[in-house]
Amino acid sequence: MSVQTSRRDFLKTSGAVLGGVLLYSSGPIAMLAPGRAWALELKSLTKAEGEALLRFTRHLYPHDGLEDAVYALVVKDLDTEAAKDKEVQALLRKGVAELNSKAGGNWLALAEREQFKLVEAIEGTPFFEKVRSTAIVSLYDNDMAYAYFGYPGASFQHGGYLHRGFNDLDWLPEPPPEASPPAY
Amino acid sequence: MSKHKYSYDDDSVVVIIGSGAGGGTLANELCQKGIPVVLLEAGKRQSIGTFINDEWPSFHQLAWLDHRTTSGSWRIAKDFPNLPAWICKTVGGTTVHWAGASLRFQEHEFKALSTYGKIDGANLLDWPLTLAELEPYYDRAEKKMGVTRTNDIPGLPGNNNFKVMYHGARKLGYQDVHTGRMAINSRPRDGRASCLQIGFCFQGCKSGAKWSTLYTEIPQAEATGKLDLRPESHVAKIEHDEKGRVTGVLYFDKDGNLPRQRARIVCVAGNSIESPRLLLNSASSMFPNGLANSSGQVGRNYMRHMTGSVYAVFEKEVHMYRGTTMAGIITDESRHDPSRGFVGGYEMETISLGLPFMAAFFDPGAWGRKFTEAMESYTRMAGMWLVGEDLPQESNRVTLHPTEKDQYGLPVPNVHFDDHPNDIAMREHAYKQGQAVYEAAGAIRTYRVPPYPSTHNLGTCRMSARPEDGVCNKFGQTHDIPNLFISDGSQFTTSAAENPTLTIVALAIRQAEYIADQMNKRAI
Ligand SMILES: Cc1cc2nc3c(=O)[nH]c(=O)nc-3n(C[C@H](O)[C@H](O)[C@H](O)COP(=O)(O)OP(=O)(O)OC[C@H]3O[C@@H](n4cnc5c(N)ncnc54)[C@H](O)[C@@H]3O)c2cc1C
Ligand code: SF4
Repeated sequence: MSVQTSRRDFLKTSGAVLGGVLLYSSGPIAMLAPGRAWALELKSLTKAEGEALLRFTRHLYPHDGLEDAVYALVVKDLDTEAAKDKEVQALLRKGVAELNSKAGGNWLALAEREQFKLVEAIEGTPFFEKVRSTAIVSLYDNDMAYAYFGYPGASFQHGGYLHRGFNDLDWLPEPPPEASPPAY
Repeated sequence: MSKHKYSYDDDSVVVIIGSGAGGGTLANELCQKGIPVVLLEAGKRQSIGTFINDEWPSFHQLAWLDHRTTSGSWRIAKDFPNLPAWICKTVGGTTVHWAGASLRFQEHEFKALSTYGKIDGANLLDWPLTLAELEPYYDRAEKKMGVTRTNDIPGLPGNNNFKVMYHGARKLGYQDVHTGRMAINSRPRDGRASCLQIGFCFQGCKSGAKWSTLYTEIPQAEATGKLDLRPESHVAKIEHDEKGRVTGVLYFDKDGNLPRQRARIVCVAGNSIESPRLLLNSASSMFPNGLANSSGQVGRNYMRHMTGSVYAVFEKEVHMYRGTTMAGIITDESRHDPSRGFVGGYEMETISLGLPFMAAFFDPGAWGRKFTEAMESYTRMAGMWLVGEDLPQESNRVTLHPTEKDQYGLPVPNVHFDDHPNDIAMREHAYKQGQAVYEAAGAIRTYRVPPYPSTHNLGTCRMSARPEDGVCNKFGQTHDIPNLFISDGSQFTTSAAENPTLTIVALAIRQAEYIADQMNKRAI
């Protein structure tokens, strides 16, 4: 799972493209990215739909410091599913259209607080649940999220944590050896 | 012609269905006695080389994902309607996922009815077995599995998550707090390495330090030359003759064929949802309610333990995901003390989930700032799992779905569950105490996390002294059919507070002795 982050990939893409520039030029996510621009080619959704879904996901799971590039992974998974399944495509299309019509034309043009009110208002609808249940997996299951939240993921290839701090917590006293014997 | 070690027509073999804690152990114990075994396992064979340190891909590699449905007032029916249980479909069964906590039951837990008395809504019963009778087999199980703090095996070193638990527990006045009795090597043993503190115990242990039938019992059984293990073999039906003795099984092999394997004895060890489902799916004109079901108890009394988790956020870093997931326990609350407002007791054990599973299980369905605030604190979290005795209820039940079918066209199981008031009172107490432990250690926020899909599944073919109260006797032999055995956690009469696997293994060792003896005597 990744979004393309180099300019060359960006130019190669065809179809609707969702893209942006990383906000933070340093920090854990920037370190993973080969360039600062990121782009996602959409297979079945329009650019406007992709942008709305990205913003919708930000309202569901707001992490202020987390790059749009990570939220774009949720859009990517929704788009992939929509490309395979017409019903999902219709659900997403209709969901975005309804947001726009409730917003009097363009939900994205509303102020954030007003956008949020419309998100809250449709809690539990099939559209809401589709985006939410996709986001809860996609948003937290990728290298950039791992970097942001400080979760290192796989550890076997580093020999586990036996010599890498499994018991390095030093702000509490050490338990006695009867309770916690020394490591082998 | 079969390509297998034993031919399809060989009716001298013992067929075992399922290769997990119960089935895998039983297979090895029988093979060690020279008895021919055909071990049919629905899942594929993985190895420590193929395990994946990544929660979702690992889940898709190992978990039982065949279609299932749920009903009842438990929250799982809403949040995970098609995932009542978190268990494995792979050679080694759920001993590939398991965390290794290996505790003996307490004496009174074998006598739930006489100790707790009659309780409204509960179908309580004493086990037809005492702790004293099982003790020699507990000894052998602990030795086999290399349980720490038994057999002079030192405990595991505590990780950061344990340090937090220990400190809070002691401050609160708890006495019995340590890194647990774990079937995980703290020293190299039995040809397996010691724990590298990898932290992916639930995803299959890539160092082999954790006991799993996949790389202990099964290869040992293979070495005897007596085992015929057939992975990707899903048993559809157990067959019987006109005398009401079982004669063999029909199973779907990996090519989609449906061979019939004949058998002298059939042992069912598919875990507590699949075992009763198979008995029910094997109904015939002679046994219209399913095999071994004259009591009507097959599928009933489904237990999943009282569970829940408490996670707490601290000012400073914890990194709970580093190291052995469950090597940490407080046992003080496991006693029976009705003054707390419930019967039975519970254990508090360290737990941690990786980021992907934390998102999925922290508060299923949740969204918004409260949720994301918790996720933002991930590296500063500590976690514990609460596990206690839940009461058997007749209406908590595995049944066949009237219309929905699986990929083989077999009716899928529906799992119905409602908490008993005792379960609710115990959970409330456990949440409160868990939060108090972390507050004593300086937590700035604590969270009550609801039960995960059931990892402990018990009781659906329970043992009983009288045939009308249960499905099998104290050896797991079904009351109705002498050559049909129940060999997994579905035998449990009651759940006890402790994690079940050590007891499943002890019962399997004991059952193997009984089967060998009965075969020698030509009784079966
Ligand atoms: C994440 C996790 C952590 C756990 N931690 C602990 C712990 O610390 N301590 C503890 O005591 N317990 C723990 N458990 C529970 C423990 O894993 C189970 O109690 C134990 O494995 C159950 O043994 P079993 O023999 O009943 O079934 P399983 O081990 O589940 O084996 C059943 C096998 O039967 C196969 N099967 C089912 N139906 C069929 C069929 N029709 N045909 C062919 N094969 C079939 C399945 O594929 C499976 O491989 C944990 C479980 C999980 C999921
Ligand atoms: S922490 Fe130990 S038991 Fe768990 S996976 Fe790692 S090596 Fe295996």
